[in-house]
Amino acid sequence: QGSFIDALVVLQMMVRDALNQAMDEELERDERVFLLGEEVAQYDGAYKVSRGLWKKYGDQRIIDTPISEVRAGLRPICEFMTFNFSMQAIDQVINSAAKTCYMSAGFQAVPIVFRGPNGSSAGVAAQHSQCFAAWYAHCPGLKVVSPWNSEDAKGLLKAAIRDDNPVVFMENELMYGVPFEMSEEALSKDFVLPIGKAKIERPGNHVTLVSHSRCVGHCLDAAAVLAKEGIECEVINLRSIRPMDTDAIEASVMKTNHLVTVEGGWPQFGVGAEICAKIMEGPAFNYLDAPVTRVTGVDIPMPYAKILEDNSVPQIKDIIFSIKKTLNV
Amino acid sequence: TQTFICCDLHGLEEGPADTAVLTRDQGLSYYRCMQTIRRMELKADQLYKQKIIRGFCHLYDGQEACAAGIEAGIERTDHVITAYRAHAFTYTRGVSVREILAELTGRQGGVAKGKGGSMHMYAPHFYGGNGIVGAQVPLGAGIALACQYQGNGQICVALYGDGAANQGQLFETYNMAALWKLPCVFVCENNRYGMGTSVERAAASTDYYKRGDFIPGLRVDGMDVLCVREATKFAADHCRSGKGPILMELQTYRYHGHSMSDPGVSYRTREEVQEVRSKNDPISLLKERMLSNNMASAEELKEIDGEIRKEVDDAAQFATSDPEPPLDDLCKYIYHNSPPVQVRGTNPWAKLQSVSSS
Repeated sequence: QGSFIDALVVLQMMVRDALNQAMDEELERDERVFLLGEEVAQYDGAYKVSRGLWKKYGDQRIIDTPISEVRAGLRPICEFMTFNFSMQAIDQVINSAAKTCYMSAGFQAVPIVFRGPNGSSAGVAAQHSQCFAAWYAHCPGLKVVSPWNSEDAKGLLKAAIRDDNPVVFMENELMYGVPFEMSEEALSKDFVLPIGKAKIERPGNHVTLVSHSRCVGHCLDAAAVLAKEGIECEVINLRSIRPMDTDAIEASVMKTNHLVTVEGGWPQFGVGAEICAKIMEGPAFNYLDAPVTRVTGVDIPMPYAKILEDNSVPQIKDIIFSIKKTLNV
Repeated sequence: TQTFICCDLHGLEEGPADTAVLTRDQGLSYYRCMQTIRRMELKADQLYKQKIIRGFCHLYDGQEACAAGIEAGIERTDHVITAYRAHAFTYTRGVSVREILAELTGRQGGVAKGKGGSMHMYAPHFYGGNGIVGAQVPLGAGIALACQYQGNGQICVALYGDGAANQGQLFETYNMAALWKLPCVFVCENNRYGMGTSVERAAASTDYYKRGDFIPGLRVDGMDVLCVREATKFAADHCRSGKGPILMELQTYRYHGHSMSDPGVSYRTREEVQEVRSKNDPISLLKERMLSNNMASAEELKEIDGEIRKEVDDAAQFATSDPEPPLDDLCKYIYHNSPPVQVRGTNPWAKLQSVSSS
C-alpha cells in the first residue's frame, strides 16, 4: 500500500550521479559488463563519474588502464578521460569497432560503449575543447548519443550498454554537477530510453529549435526570454545524433515553418549542416518560410583567455538573435 | 666543488664521468633558476585558488633540478619539447616570469597572447607545452630530424613522463630515431605517478631508461641538479657525435597533485610527500652543498630569495592587471602567411575575418 506522499517526493539528481547509477545497475545486471579507462577505478574517475564502483565491483570489473588504446570482447564500457584523447584510439573505434559487424556479415558483433566528456569546458584551451559529434556520427556502424539532463544520461547510458553495437556516448563536463528532477520511473532499474528518438522539451508554434547536450539548456533559456515577447519556441532535444530522429524534426518544422539548429561544435560539416541537408531532402522543405539557421561554435581553435573563449561558443543572446533573424522580427 | 655522479647504464659501456665540478657562479645561477621556478609555481597555485587562473594548471615544484639541469647541459641553440607540466621549461628557455604568469591569467601580455594558456606556451627553440600525453615525443624526433637534415650540430631534448612512457607512439619514435640515428635525447621525468596511477600499477617494467631497448639509456637522480647536468651533457655529446638517440631517466618527484584539481593525496600519503620535501628537495640539496663548501653565505642566498620574491610578485601584479586580449584577436593566427579568410561566427550573420601571422 503506497503512501500518497510517495507521489509528491521528487528526487534531484546530478548528471554525474545518473551516469553512475546507470553503470552500477548494468554492472549488477550483467556480469559481462565491465568498465575500463584512465583513473576509473582507484581514483574514482577523473570526473568522479565512476565513484564507488571499484569499491563495489573490484579489480576484475573496474579496470585502471595505463594510457593506451583499449579493446576487449565482453561488454566493455570504455571511458575516455575526454573525447579529445579518443583520437589516440580512433582507428580502433572506427576500423575495429564500427565496421566489424558489417565486414563479418553479422558474425562478429561489437557490443562496446565509448563514453566520456565531449566538447568545450571552461579554460581548457584548444587541445581539450573539441566536439567530436560530427566526426563519429559520420561513420556507419556506430551509434552516437548525446544526453543533456540526468534522465537522458541514465536512460541513454543503460540503452547504450544493452545495445549490441558500438555506441559513442558523449557526455559534457560542465553538466556533470548540474542537478535535475528524476521521476520515479527514471529512478527504476529498468529505465531505458530508446536510442534514435528525440524529445520535445518544450512545445511551441513559431520556431523549431533543435539541439543536443548542453546547448539544449541554452535553447530553453532563450525560449523563456522570447516567450515574454510572444514568440513560442519548440525545443527539441535530439538525444541521438546517429541515428537522428529526422521524423521528429520534420513534424515540428511542418508545424512551425522555421528551424534553428544549435550546437557547440564547429559549423563546417557539422550536426546543423546535416540537419539542413536532411530537411531539404524531405517533406518539411516545402513548409519552410525561411532558410534554416545554424548556430554553432566559432570556426577557430578554442582560445584560452576567458573573454575569447566566451565569444567562441554560442551564447543565449546568439540564439535569440538568430531566432529573430529567422523569423524576420 | 667536486661531486660524485651516480648513474645506471643500459647499453652503454661508460657513462658520464664519476665526478663533476661546480663553480660558485654556476651554483648561484642554478640556485636562482630553481628558486625562481619554485616561487613562480607557488604563485600560480595561489592565483589558481583565487580563480584568476582557470582551466588546467600542472605545477612543477619538486622537479626544478630537471629543468635547470637540462638547460645547464645543453646549448641555447639546442631544442626542447615537453608535455603539459611546462612552465619551468618555458622559463629556462628564456621566457620571463611575467609573460608566463600573464599567459596563465589569459592576458594579452602573455607569451601566447592569451590564446594558449598553461599547456601551450612557446619560445625560440622551445616547442611547448603539449596537452595530449606522449604526442610531443614523435614531434621531438621530427625536430631532431630537422637538425640532422640541416647539419647544424644541434640536438633535440624530448621530455615525457612515466605515464606517457607506456604510449605506443613512443616506441614507434624510438624505432625511427634509432634507425636514422637522429640526434634526439629522450628524457623520462619519472615522478612516480601518472596522474593517480603509481608506476607499479601502470608499467610492466619501471626501468624507464631501458625501455628504449636498442637505444642506450642512463638513469640519474633527478633531484640533484649536478647529476642532471652531467647526464645531459653526456647525452648531448652522444647525439652530437652522430651515435644516434639516447634515453635519460630522471628520478624526480612532484609536490603538487597531477594538476590543481588533484589534491594529490588520494593515491599517495602526506608522509611520503613530506619525506621527499625534507630529505630530497632539489633546492635544499644545492643550498646545503654550497653552504657546506663555503661557496656562498646564507645571507647571500637569502638576498637572492628576496630578489626572486620581488620579481615574482611584480610578475603577478602584471598578470592580474594586464587587460584581456581584445575581441579582434579571436580570428588571429588561424593560419600563417595566408590571405585572410572569412570565418563563420556563432551564426550566419556573424562574419568575421581572419588575420594570419607572417
